[in-house]
Amino acid sequence: MAQIETELQLLKVEVVNMWTLVDSQLSKARLAFLNFDKDLAREVVLKEKRVNGSELKIDRDCENIFALFCPVAIDLRFLLAVLKINSNLERIGDIAEGIAKYIIDAEVPFTNEMLETTRILPMYEESVNMLQATQTAFETEDTILARSVFKKDDFLDNVNKTSNKVLESHLVAHPEDTAQALWILSIIRKLERVGDQSKNIAEEIIFYLEAKVLKHKGKHS
Amino acid sequence: MESTIIKSRDFNASFGSNHVVKNVNIDIPRNHVIAVMGPSGCGKTTYLRCINRMHELIPGATSSGEMKINDENIYDMHPIFVRLKIGMVFQRPNPFPNLSIYDNVIAGYKLNGIKLAKADRDRIVEHSLTRVALWKEVKDSLTKKGSFLSGGQQQRLCIARAVAMEPEVLLFDEPTSALDPISTSTVEELFHELKTNYTLIIVTHNMQQAARVSDKTAFFYMGELVEYDETKTMFTNPKDNRTQNYITGRFS
Repeated sequence: MAQIETELQLLKVEVVNMWTLVDSQLSKARLAFLNFDKDLAREVVLKEKRVNGSELKIDRDCENIFALFCPVAIDLRFLLAVLKINSNLERIGDIAEGIAKYIIDAEVPFTNEMLETTRILPMYEESVNMLQATQTAFETEDTILARSVFKKDDFLDNVNKTSNKVLESHLVAHPEDTAQALWILSIIRKLERVGDQSKNIAEEIIFYLEAKVLKHKGKHS
Repeated sequence: MESTIIKSRDFNASFGSNHVVKNVNIDIPRNHVIAVMGPSGCGKTTYLRCINRMHELIPGATSSGEMKINDENIYDMHPIFVRLKIGMVFQRPNPFPNLSIYDNVIAGYKLNGIKLAKADRDRIVEHSLTRVALWKEVKDSLTKKGSFLSGGQQQRLCIARAVAMEPEVLLFDEPTSALDPISTSTVEELFHELKTNYTLIIVTHNMQQAARVSDKTAFFYMGELVEYDETKTMFTNPKDNRTQNYITGRFS
């Protein structure tokens, strides 16, 4: 086996490990949000340093492979994709930390009515699904699965788009929920970004495997 | 639109029963740098030597199919005339060791019995050495032997010798494999300048060199032309798996 193959395989393992860590951060932040579990939220905040450490390690590994092996063709596309995936994963890690910090700062649990009317719970579930689908697509080199992520993002966009109106109506009836509504709105915005970042990652997987650039192409096919 | 200068159609070359170039079809555009790469024994050097009929100097060598320059069949032309139109530079710098730098540059004229006035000889020597960025370095030592120069300078002198004959095409057979990185870089810079006047076809084992200097790249494997495309495409998204395996170092 060529040395570059060994290096790329090791890098792939690093990236998959980071993906698993970021998925765990986002899922734990979800549990902390569902159960208003401040201890779990603090754990997420503490582990964010590991996500940052992983990002730096992957950046360094990519730099070394570029410098030492002059990759071309699929190897070059893999490295370019990994650099961008790495940066998107790190941002999703930041989002998980941000949500966890909201849970720590929030004074009272979120009301069931607000959770239901905003559809934030299925939105959260779908954003975790999207991230997990991209990980499986990367590991199994499955561009059909990567493409399925684009469709899932429509639901997240819809929840985000309707959230202002939904919360406005809720606050007319329950003005005492204003602080909670602001937290919820902030989390919805963050989850919408997770959807965008998962889409970016899916685009990079398709670029790496099919050499097709889907960025800025509108509706993906 | 690009005009084609060299065109091969169903071109084959053999040494006795050894079929080394198989049905090659290729259009080489004028004023471009073309890199030819492939593993040892793939037929790339033989193909290159067929372009100016150097290959037929080897006993038992045969060829078939079309090889044209400017739509004229190279194999219908006199070989000396072909080599005037299509110059060649080899792997190791090979200036004539007993000739001065000056005489090395105009050696092609002398060997072909072409007599030139002193003023014309001077002009050709200065022009050719300037073309290869060697004039400033050697203008005060033109009477010294070519072997007095460094390896990189000797190779540029050989390129000047080829350029002096005002060819249309220059063939290079691994032109920098015997040079250090600095001399290699100087010769590579030269390729970019030379292509404004000539078409360059370079056989190289150095894939990074192919990527750096060429506009189009041809990949040969077991005598076949597997893929021929823009160099950027070849090195980012090759169409054939054999090309991808070769350039990514996974060739078995």
